[in-house]
Amino acid sequence: MREIQAGEIRDAVRSLILEASYVIGDDVRAKIAACRETEPSPSGCAVLDQLTENYRIAREERVAICQDTGMCVVFLDIGQDVHIAGGELTEAVNDAVRSAYTEGYLRKSVVADPLLHRVNTKDNTPAVIHTRIVPGDRVDILVTPKGFGSENMSALKMLVVAEGVEGVIRFVVDTVKNAGPNPCPPVIVGVGIGGTMETAAILAKRMTARSLDETNPDPEYAALEERILAEINKLGIGPAGIGGRTTALKVNIAVYPTHIAGLPVAVNLCCHAARHAHAVL
Amino acid sequence: MQNIPLTLPLDPAQVKSLRAGDTVLLTGVLYTGRDAAHKRLVECLERGEELPLPLENQLIYYVGPAPASPGHAVGSAGPTTSYRMDKYTPPLLERGLLGMMGKGKRGPEVVEAMKKRGAVYFGAVGGAAALISRRIERAEVVAYDDLGAEAIHRFWVRDFPALVLIDSLGNNLYELGPEKYREQ
Repeated sequence: MREIQAGEIRDAVRSLILEASYVIGDDVRAKIAACRETEPSPSGCAVLDQLTENYRIAREERVAICQDTGMCVVFLDIGQDVHIAGGELTEAVNDAVRSAYTEGYLRKSVVADPLLHRVNTKDNTPAVIHTRIVPGDRVDILVTPKGFGSENMSALKMLVVAEGVEGVIRFVVDTVKNAGPNPCPPVIVGVGIGGTMETAAILAKRMTARSLDETNPDPEYAALEERILAEINKLGIGPAGIGGRTTALKVNIAVYPTHIAGLPVAVNLCCHAARHAHAVL
Repeated sequence: MQNIPLTLPLDPAQVKSLRAGDTVLLTGVLYTGRDAAHKRLVECLERGEELPLPLENQLIYYVGPAPASPGHAVGSAGPTTSYRMDKYTPPLLERGLLGMMGKGKRGPEVVEAMKKRGAVYFGAVGGAAALISRRIERAEVVAYDDLGAEAIHRFWVRDFPALVLIDSLGNNLYELGPEKYREQ
């Protein structure tokens, strides 16, 4: 049994939030640069140039990449041989959110009640926390502050099994098409297929944070990722939605076994300010 | 592409001459507002009360800025998605508003109200928020301070880069732009 202090988790989550909010990943930066080389639309190129310049300013001056610093989604994979001591885990994560968003000049965008009252909590708490118990004695932390421009354009559908691969492709492409300029293209398209309704949604969320340098380990799904990406980039939406070929940077698919009667598909869109940071304790 | 310099508040004749796809540099005073502030403004109108900001020929920027770090007028301040303000926009246009700035699509009711008023919908690049904030020289809260980032601010901007998404005739860059690059 390894003991990890709740305070260590709090400090790690706090640093990850700040890092994610100020510094875009090298994978996103490189992909935007590569797309800039092939983008035929002059106004699309001008948008991509603005994004690159914006990443630079945010990184160098340690300011938020986007003013929508999101609702903070935290994935915790906790080794079963870990004992968390000295405090409560959820509180440690929320303390981290409170401190990072307040001291890091990040916008507080969370309302306490979603429907009837909608009063801002003023410190961006609570986080959305997804925990898994895994083998080992480590704690793996993935922080993804999620903006709602793209979150609002996400979709989930329980497909009929007979709709098959073509049905999945159509649903993913239509989701991006219907979203048009709203989710701040170029987007990263997280797709979760299988399980039950919530499995698909959580897989899709995880896929918005997978490195753009990775593909699905199964070559058939990797090919499907490529095929859907090509279809999306034929839509013409382009950077900022004003026309072009760079509508999505990547399609990331994850799958899980499902029921004989079902084909759940979730599509979680993430804007080009694809912020996430990862650490292992 | 030539950038057209525009002074704020807007000039109705100049606004009528703008076309979807034009790029502009805005200098002067604008007001911010998003979901919660718009709801309050329209409720205010329904009660027949005076609004806390002038509307005649003004531009409302849909933004909820991040807090300012030391040495800056405002934190990152890119546009938010505009359709959430669609419901509240026609009554504001009827009372003199001449421009909106945000990102993303607008509904047909908004476009009709814009044509009637001779108004313009500008876009700023969503997510280019740190870069945009450097063109905002001064900021102060005008109303609804309790809403935090959603409060109505007055911004003094200089050479703020924007482009015309929908012009006063209803031409829409979100339709015209993608048409050129669509392959299916």
